[in-house]
Amino acid sequence: MAARAIWKGDLKLNSTKVPVKLYAAVQDRTVRFHILEEKSKTRVKQHMIEPDSGKEIPSDEIRKGFEVKPGTFVILDEEELQKLEPEASREIEVTQFVLPTEIPPEYFDRPYYLGPDGDAGAYFALAEALQKKDREGVAHWVMRKQPYAGVLRAEDDHLMLVTLRNAEEVLSAKDLPRPPGRAPDKKELAMATQLVELLKGEFDPKEFKDEYRERVMEFVEKKAKGHKPRLHLVKAKKETTSLDKVLSKSIDALKKKQKKAA
Amino acid sequence: MARKKATPKKTSDASGDQRSARPFWSGTLTFGLVSVPVDLYPGNRTNRAPLRMLSPEGGPLARRYYSEKSGDNLQDDDMVRGFEFEKDRYVIVTDDELERLAPEQSRDIDLRRFVPLEDIPPLYFDRSYFLAPSQGSEKAYRLLAQTMAKQKLAGLATFVMRGKEYLVTIFPEDGILRAETMRFADEIRSPKEIGLPEKKKVAVATVKKFERLIEKHSASHLSLKDLKDEQTEKLLKLVEKKRKQHKDIVEVEVAEREEGKVVDLMEALKKSLSGKRRAA
Repeated sequence: MAARAIWKGDLKLNSTKVPVKLYAAVQDRTVRFHILEEKSKTRVKQHMIEPDSGKEIPSDEIRKGFEVKPGTFVILDEEELQKLEPEASREIEVTQFVLPTEIPPEYFDRPYYLGPDGDAGAYFALAEALQKKDREGVAHWVMRKQPYAGVLRAEDDHLMLVTLRNAEEVLSAKDLPRPPGRAPDKKELAMATQLVELLKGEFDPKEFKDEYRERVMEFVEKKAKGHKPRLHLVKAKKETTSLDKVLSKSIDALKKKQKKAA
Repeated sequence: MARKKATPKKTSDASGDQRSARPFWSGTLTFGLVSVPVDLYPGNRTNRAPLRMLSPEGGPLARRYYSEKSGDNLQDDDMVRGFEFEKDRYVIVTDDELERLAPEQSRDIDLRRFVPLEDIPPLYFDRSYFLAPSQGSEKAYRLLAQTMAKQKLAGLATFVMRGKEYLVTIFPEDGILRAETMRFADEIRSPKEIGLPEKKKVAVATVKKFERLIEKHSASHLSLKDLKDEQTEKLLKLVEKKRKQHKDIVEVEVAEREEGKVVDLMEALKKSLSGKRRAA
């Protein structure tokens, strides 16, 4: 069944416009639980209370404030907050194009698929051009009263927008100290390299499954039917002692395993 | 340690508990038979300018669960976790049960596959974390980081953390290991599932027009610092303006901070990485 578009916009590259529709690319499959009151087995609700008295404050009486120092708040009313909102626009401005390796993984937030909204010719031509040049566009737009930055890229024949986090939200390893202790020696490096080489391969996401989710669902279903499914305890892992020994053992074990599989 | 009742965790999302110097999660990174005990810390900072909800008098409010039936506010012990298998019918699942459903290996981040990092499409990346070596595993940690950096590879694994299984990619940055949780293949919708039209023939001239456009606006480098948080800046400016004007200021007595002292995430990470942690 076709999904509904979240939003509609116009990709703007120079003076060229390509109208598009946005669709969520992710479908969360987490097992969803509800929080229940144990006594009544009914779903709980949430409200805001005064911590000392426990008294509920209804939402129309709640005020919003920024704490400038402990205990001191600057109140901001709805009108002022609304004035801070960026101007609404349907334009998705693409200002420059960079290589795919330019942006590190920690900046990526949410992916959206784009679909054509009228001009399919331009849409697919743009996707093909991006593929051929192997570049990504840096895009800026305003959606649902929030400003966004993202990358525009080709995902096979189609277009995709992946939103980016702002610089303030991302911690860089540059500012962190490296762990102490001596550096690994040549022999260790050689063995570790060999080990990693044995495990090298292509990226295939289908290789990995959320088995835990499946186990939880199975367990829940059994319980719902009135059974008492069995469970075992999780054991903690022991630490490595001699690194060299373990490295060479690993290599041997892996080689054996791969030989068997061949 | 077995827990009798299910107490839903307050920090329900994995964006990190920045109110303590403790790691978000502790486990073991493994490759082959090599074990590297590690601590996980969030790699993304959350909301820089949170707005507090206040009462009409200006006192900070707290969020609480309550029972619709009785109207009472509920404590952790009054609540359980349930799965709705039929309308209004629930199966109770405890923390202990969820923990036991994770098999022995799933608490390890077992690197079974190494791929070039640039081969992973960005749509898979979700949340970012840092790994710090714990319990004297610095040597093995550095070995792994250096090996992966030299070969420009990232390691892939699955592991269970806080009641959820994650696909994760581990890769080095400046000698530190980063972990980026990812989406599973079945969580990504395909263009077909979404209902996007299939590609038909395109006009060569149009493709060339876009190619020229891309060439013209290609940049060799992107300054990531330019990804600014304008909204927060605007908010902070307004707050500062009003503060100077002494407009709409409320002062309340703060007996003691709720939820413990706020510790800077960077400080906690720095401490952990330099090995100055309290004994496990």
